[in-house]
Amino acid sequence: MSKTNKKFLYVNRKAPHGSIYALEAIEVVLIGAAFEQQVSLAFLDDGVYQIARGQNTKQIGTKNFANIFKALGDYDVRTMYVEKESLAERGLDVSDLMEITHDTDDAEDLPSIQLVDRAEMARIMADQDVILSY
Amino acid sequence: MKFGIVVNEGPYTHQASDTAWNFTRAALEAGHEIVRVFFYHDGVNNATRLTVPPQDDRNIQKNWSELGEKHGLDMIVCIAAAQRRGILDADEAKRQGKDSDNIAPGFRISGLGQLIDAGIVADRLVTFGD
Amino acid sequence: MSTLHTVNKSPFDRPSLASCVAHCLPGDSILLIEDGVLGARNGSASAKMLVDAMANCKVYVLGPDATARGMAPDAMVTGIETIDYNGFVELAVNHKRTQSWL
Repeated sequence: MSKTNKKFLYVNRKAPHGSIYALEAIEVVLIGAAFEQQVSLAFLDDGVYQIARGQNTKQIGTKNFANIFKALGDYDVRTMYVEKESLAERGLDVSDLMEITHDTDDAEDLPSIQLVDRAEMARIMADQDVILSY
Repeated sequence: MKFGIVVNEGPYTHQASDTAWNFTRAALEAGHEIVRVFFYHDGVNNATRLTVPPQDDRNIQKNWSELGEKHGLDMIVCIAAAQRRGILDADEAKRQGKDSDNIAPGFRISGLGQLIDAGIVADRLVTFGD
Repeated sequence: MSTLHTVNKSPFDRPSLASCVAHCLPGDSILLIEDGVLGARNGSASAKMLVDAMANCKVYVLGPDATARGMAPDAMVTGIETIDYNGFVELAVNHKRTQSWL
């Protein structure tokens, strides 16, 4: 494995299920965990729907991969930035999102979702080494 | 500089593959190094050798195969995306019990780790998609 | 260090240009490619968005894509620079990261 430690940001802007980008993006995150880089995820625009509560794909016959987000803590992905304006524009708030947590060394699990405003999201993006866009 | 190129769409339906190819050529002409061209999502469809595009149009698969050969490019087709979409090399076809393979010259099937590795090793990663 | 943002879709197709512009920081560059060049047409509903963006960022259009779509440089918003693929490569070199607004 490379000794380089880069900041990778996965930018998710598309809604799930209508296209494969959300699912195949998360597959990269899972594989990427083995490379021990600094990984975080960003959800903005329609990407916020990827972590919406209550998804059930049974009637459309496609794979429901929403719960994979809940397991990302086990893959050292502890930071999921969610853009406030993207939620608000879509009539959503944090209570519409899944509860996603990660283990810490203390007893308590911590939330992985961090709500950020657009300006903060821009600063976060500008802090990255590599941006993977979906 | 070292570039990683990511191609997220297949031939013809979207312009992404053409733009990626034009960019890659320009980067090589300027003396830059291409660490890898990684084909993901429908981008794996650039790697089938079975296309028969019209004679009066560009042959996208051949464009990539020839560019790859000329410059010794590492052109990777993601195995997971390829399996979903039916792009196989001989080994994969045998392993999966399929009656043929279809991968074009110059492309190699490998894992998603190659994309992450490109992000680590390259100075710049550029994504072409829809 | 700065970002090169690429936008490849028309602003009338999807809001990627608006989203891109909303996330640009001073010193960044925006490059319109493929159908994204259509956002550069002067007098279009997206023109003001680009004029506002240019207060902070340089905006470029990929010339071959504009020519393909019958858009001459004088039809574009003033201040947008037309470049070719070599210029695209140079922009990618001169910015620390490239972000594709698909």
